[in-house]
Amino acid sequence: MDWLNAVVQGTLLGGLYALFAAGLSLIFGVMRLVNIAHGDLIILAAYLGLTVTTVAGVHPLLALLIVVPAMGLIGYALQRGILNQTLGDDLLPPLLVTFGLSVILQNGLLEIYTADPQKMDAGALEIASFAVGSLTLGVLPVLTFAIAVAVIWGLQWTFYRTALGRAFRAVSDNQDIAQLMGLNRRHIFGLAMALALAVTAIAGILLGIRTSFDPSVGGGRLIFGFEAVIIGGLGNLWGTLAGGVILGVAQTVGAKIDPGWQILAGHIVFLLILAVRPNGLFPRVSG
Amino acid sequence: MSLQNYTVTRTSQAARAAAILGALVLLVLIAAPWWAGRADMRLMGEIFLYLALASLWNLMAGYAGLVSVGQQAFVGFGGYILFALTIFVGLPPIVAIAAAGVLGAIIAVPMAALIFRLRGAYFAIGTWVFAEVFRLSFAQISSLGGGSGSSLPVGIVRSMAASRDGRESLSYWLALGIAVLVIAAVYLFLRSRNGLALTAIRDNELAAGSLGIDIWRTKFVVYVVTAGLTAMVGALIFLQKLRISPDAAFSVNDWTAFVIFIVVIGGIGTIEGPIIGTLIFFALRETLADLGTTYLIVLGLVAIVVMLKAPKGVWSLIRTRFDLQLFPLGYRVQHNDKKAD
Repeated sequence: MDWLNAVVQGTLLGGLYALFAAGLSLIFGVMRLVNIAHGDLIILAAYLGLTVTTVAGVHPLLALLIVVPAMGLIGYALQRGILNQTLGDDLLPPLLVTFGLSVILQNGLLEIYTADPQKMDAGALEIASFAVGSLTLGVLPVLTFAIAVAVIWGLQWTFYRTALGRAFRAVSDNQDIAQLMGLNRRHIFGLAMALALAVTAIAGILLGIRTSFDPSVGGGRLIFGFEAVIIGGLGNLWGTLAGGVILGVAQTVGAKIDPGWQILAGHIVFLLILAVRPNGLFPRVSG
Repeated sequence: MSLQNYTVTRTSQAARAAAILGALVLLVLIAAPWWAGRADMRLMGEIFLYLALASLWNLMAGYAGLVSVGQQAFVGFGGYILFALTIFVGLPPIVAIAAAGVLGAIIAVPMAALIFRLRGAYFAIGTWVFAEVFRLSFAQISSLGGGSGSSLPVGIVRSMAASRDGRESLSYWLALGIAVLVIAAVYLFLRSRNGLALTAIRDNELAAGSLGIDIWRTKFVVYVVTAGLTAMVGALIFLQKLRISPDAAFSVNDWTAFVIFIVVIGGIGTIEGPIIGTLIFFALRETLADLGTTYLIVLGLVAIVVMLKAPKGVWSLIRTRFDLQLFPLGYRVQHNDKKAD
């Protein structure tokens, strides 16, 4: 029963990892950009949520109403202002610029919020739970998983059913021809980053309710998100959810074997999948 | 205007002057224990170790196109191997440093086999995952202090040299030695047949492959050799620090982010770039370090601005302005009438 519990809790944890990963997956899919600062942006969102909840005195979930649009705006500005200049065949400029951004964000947050671990207070939601058979499920993890499914469904729908999604797919397939067809790729990229960071905002708030965070933990979140993307297969959003779940289960089962092995078990499963299926489990586009 | 009026040369007057000047500077640096203070020697030792790391990362990223953000895996691995071999096996530190290099290269072989399946930026983050695996694994080894780390026992430190001055001079010379070794190795490698292949791959991978260059093998060799040398540098870093912990040993900021900034600011894909970048990095650090975190924000901004405005770095600005190449790698055609040489 303990093992079943570990698997179920891991699956729910995977929802959070899928939220970390969805933004990465989206921007990679649209503009082949890998954002090293992604983890730090998640933490930035968590701190923004913290500020909103303390200043306005509202519940963290209500803070989403402000943090999601704020992160969207930051994303659009970031893409139009800086990241668009780095896109091209060369891999190094986007990598280095987002690396620089990561260092700036980490130290900027350190300057403003100090290195003390912080946490958002979500009141009764944090400890609420309900029983399913012999298992007890926390309301927050279940809610997180449900949000992850909804977000991925929403992204999928945007991608394949809307004009914006058509624009995303067009610039992803061929930037130059999309440009000839009247799409402004700089604007489209800006919108993609805005959407990605809006998802990041949700991930950051849920992370901040679930665990404590400090300015230095962004890198770890980036790696979890990245692993979920690779396990699931590049360019496949539902695959990313599956990747997040596999990673979450690997971690909780690893922690069950030995508490020190939690994170390590996740990395090892990732490397094993990389050895067996280098393109991930459900690849859609090639790297 | 016949062809005989032209000659192809590799070296130049500037390069010869640089070689002589470099040799003189090297002699002065070797003599540092007799003219420099304790704090200066420590700082210079650190500069040499960063120079070695930067030159190695430059070889990988600037020439082989292997953009790794996980070199801290080998820095930390080398440091831990030094501690393990001296404490448990009783090897003298110098032997343990060499062993760290060999073991670092050996462990890089299976890593390369796995990680080379990822491309581009995903390769980069994949290397980071490996570094995390190393960090978490070494944190599990309780005999090396687990998550809180351990110090090098006094007896081992004393075994290097009897006096404190002697130890400090030795560790300074080792740092200088590895920097010179790395730069010489990179220079000679790039002038060799393999280096030519590497430069061809850098310029156009597809064309290089069609000329019969084994791209995978060339990159593999670079990755493994770099890993071994990086592990040796790592062992030296922690021989200087005398204390190791998983978070310090496998720090992505200290051993990769700063190194990447150094190379990019100085000029990626040149031997001179990392040297200039290291000097700029330490000049910034020594003047701005009092500002604390602001200094790191400034560093990040400088790196971003350089990447956007002068992506080839400071050295390329100098090189295009004065047509200089201090480490003669390429060939140049000269018209004999000028009689430059």
